[in-house]
Amino acid sequence: MSTTHHDQPSSAEPYDVDDPRYSRFDLVREGARRDGVQIVHYAPRFPVPGTKAEKRVERAVALQLTLSGLFALAFVVAYIWWPWRDPIGSWGANLYTPILGLTLGASLLFIGMALVTFAKKLLPDEIAVQERHDGSPPRDEQVLTSTTALNLVDETGIKRRPLIKLAFLLPAAGLGAAAVAPLVGSLLKNPNDGHILLKTGWDPALNGGKPVPLVRDDYTPIRPEDVSENGQMTVFPGIPGGTTSTYGDSPVLLIHMRQSDADALRTSIAKSEATHNEVPVVAGMWNNFVAYSKICTHAGCPASLYEKETSRLLCPCHQSQFLTTDQARPIFGPATRKLPMLPLDVQDGHFVARSDFLEPVGPAYWERPSQL
Amino acid sequence: MTTNTAPVPKRKRRRLDLAQIPANTARGLDERLQLSTPLRRAFNKVFPDHWSFQLGEIALYSFITLLLTGTFLALFFDPSMAEVRYHGSYVPLQGVEMTKAYETSLNLSFDVRGGLVLRQMHHWAALLFMASIIVHMFRVFFTGAFRKPRELNWMIGVLLFWLGFLEGFFGYSLPDDALSGTGLRIASAIMLSIPVIGSWVTTSLFGGEFPGTEILPRLYIMHVLLIPALLVALIAVHMALMVKQKHTQFPGPGRTNSNVVGGRMFPGFVIKTSGFFMIVFAIIALLGGLVQINPIWVFGPYGAAVVSAGSQPDWYVMFLDGSTRLMPAWDIHLGPYTVPAIFWPTVVLPGLLTVLPLLYPFIEARMHRDKAMHHLLQRPRDVPARTALGAMAIAFYCVLLISGGNDVIADKLDISLNAMTWAGRIGLLLAPPIAYYITYRVCLGLQQHDREVLAHGVETGIIRRLPDGRFIEVHQPLGGDGHGHGLEYVGAPVPKKMNRIGAVAPAVRGFFYPIEKGAPPRPPAAPISPASGPQELESSQQPHA
Repeated sequence: MSTTHHDQPSSAEPYDVDDPRYSRFDLVREGARRDGVQIVHYAPRFPVPGTKAEKRVERAVALQLTLSGLFALAFVVAYIWWPWRDPIGSWGANLYTPILGLTLGASLLFIGMALVTFAKKLLPDEIAVQERHDGSPPRDEQVLTSTTALNLVDETGIKRRPLIKLAFLLPAAGLGAAAVAPLVGSLLKNPNDGHILLKTGWDPALNGGKPVPLVRDDYTPIRPEDVSENGQMTVFPGIPGGTTSTYGDSPVLLIHMRQSDADALRTSIAKSEATHNEVPVVAGMWNNFVAYSKICTHAGCPASLYEKETSRLLCPCHQSQFLTTDQARPIFGPATRKLPMLPLDVQDGHFVARSDFLEPVGPAYWERPSQL
Repeated sequence: MTTNTAPVPKRKRRRLDLAQIPANTARGLDERLQLSTPLRRAFNKVFPDHWSFQLGEIALYSFITLLLTGTFLALFFDPSMAEVRYHGSYVPLQGVEMTKAYETSLNLSFDVRGGLVLRQMHHWAALLFMASIIVHMFRVFFTGAFRKPRELNWMIGVLLFWLGFLEGFFGYSLPDDALSGTGLRIASAIMLSIPVIGSWVTTSLFGGEFPGTEILPRLYIMHVLLIPALLVALIAVHMALMVKQKHTQFPGPGRTNSNVVGGRMFPGFVIKTSGFFMIVFAIIALLGGLVQINPIWVFGPYGAAVVSAGSQPDWYVMFLDGSTRLMPAWDIHLGPYTVPAIFWPTVVLPGLLTVLPLLYPFIEARMHRDKAMHHLLQRPRDVPARTALGAMAIAFYCVLLISGGNDVIADKLDISLNAMTWAGRIGLLLAPPIAYYITYRVCLGLQQHDREVLAHGVETGIIRRLPDGRFIEVHQPLGGDGHGHGLEYVGAPVPKKMNRIGAVAPAVRGFFYPIEKGAPPRPPAAPISPASGPQELESSQQPHA
């Protein structure tokens, strides 16, 4: 395979690619040389062709390719004829996805292994060295290019034509605004329109001015007897669509407190009343019942894991904990504010909200009214 | 070319010679497009070989898998938030009201032939994409591959990470199940917390109050068009810059700052990397088929009142969940205005985590007054300050990541949840400096050991008693005179086992450590004569004579 020196044209004469004395690899090497690449080591993996070792590698690659093809075929067969429509839970339906993944994965794995084995075990072992040419370009190149660029500005003469320069600003600003306007204008929505961040589904205005009843997710109203002592229930505003995501800030947790807890809460309310004169909050309870917004004041998740022993509400997203016996004051975690209390009442034996929440529900924001 | 000597009948010359078609086509193309020089340059491009250079390839190949599987999913998914009643084949949800988005996600899982395997492959590929980006980033950081002239590619990489992060978050928000809806609710709270403009940004993006009916279609167009287009463009630039600037390489015999030692791109590298693509694809297919992920039918449709314990986002979002959990309840009140506590761990922290990495190459170069071009990689032990800084960042990240699942850990290991949170808060302050100190010392120790071997030779374990009664351990010298005037320290791997020294193969090969085997004798079967050019490679094959 090797070529010897005396066969080749001497390096002094210009390289003639048609010279029959050059072997194919000589031309490869010359091409590489012109690309700044020098092949410094190049040897077949099996210097003696047809040895047992070489045959073994060849057979391994062929086997991997065959398996790849067979698994691909198995994938197609399973995809088409597998009884995947069987009822959910039957083996036909259960095994469909695993079979597809297994056959496709195996097919891809085997062709991948075949290619890697081929490249690593059968291709010639080579070491090539390529030169880098990435120092900064010659200085004169830089000078010529930058001068040309500067000249571009001179050619326009914009410097001595201030009128045009100024006039250009107008379409630039105008078109810029025109480009942005449709996007901003169409998307922009004023959060203060209709006070959407302040109002919830408990606003009596949504119920024709009457207090909004508390309902379950199937819109059935709730009587005080429906919630056992120390029990709780998720309730929604009894208005059209009140249980849907349209009123995503309205879900409330209705709790029937133990006597001792209810007393503690009443004491707590009386205390705030005395210090801050927060009169409306007092009316929040009805007998031993209290209703807190489910929307966490931290990030808006439902703070609804109720720990009966400690009378705490836990938000599962970031672990804020609220003490139900102290107006749902946050006692641990990243939340900073109490869960708002819904003013409860009972009319005709059913729970109603006497008004909307007295403070904004959910996460804080820059201009959130923060007097409470 | 020699037709004048042997005239050929005209008719015969016109006969179609099938064997000549490829050559004629190639010549015709070259005449029109001048392809031969650039094409041969591509054939001959040299790639250095190291296992860690494949990490970026994993990211690329999982991205291609994402495009393929995602296109399939898009044929069946409808991001509409219109309410429908479910009548598909998953019995437990029959008759339940849900959005069209959730309904079509269920249909993809149960009523589209092979839909579930492709949905799960898409999700697994996304997790793998983010994981490989991060590990690839570690490799580039710890080996100093981001230094001049590659700062721009490092910055593109940082942007690719954050784009992938957003793309992934939007993607798992689309099915509108109970879990993803909760994630969106948190996202809305994060947007609300931005000072001054927060409420405007949120209502504008959601088209009103959360959740509204606009958000999923808007996320969808970002998920399937805008962000993928940006990703494709940035990945293209990332690759083009890599080709233009050529690969970095670890120091070793014959490797200098002005060359690349390895194998040519064709055929070896191309075949190997195609095989690697197939293997990455295979692993995603196996995971997608055999390992369940995101079973949305278990979570049920989103409702504002629905949540369950153990709600976790995808793993690459979890560190921000952790930072949110650890943040103390510190709202800032400026007169009538509020800066919510959630603003710091979810807006400011990611902002810092974007800006600091973007600027890091310039900060480091400035601190070392380093304006040189760097094509040789550094082993982490040779730059202890940088390695320790990286370990510090990883420790910070790990504390946040663990805190993102602290409720699950507290539950499974029966630890108090509050104790987990406090451990996270304290750990976030303590773990990084400890990691810094330990890593710095380990780097110095490893360096010291390499220097000892270079100076005194390899430990042989042979103890010899001298005539005067002293015991010494025999060292096998690597080079030099063996008496403390050994080889120079250049940051290349050093052999540490007896009888294998001086025999580093021409290109240092091996997966985790160099395979130190005897240098082969001059290959007699090489079809070319030894190079007549630079001799440095030849001479450094035999470090000791």
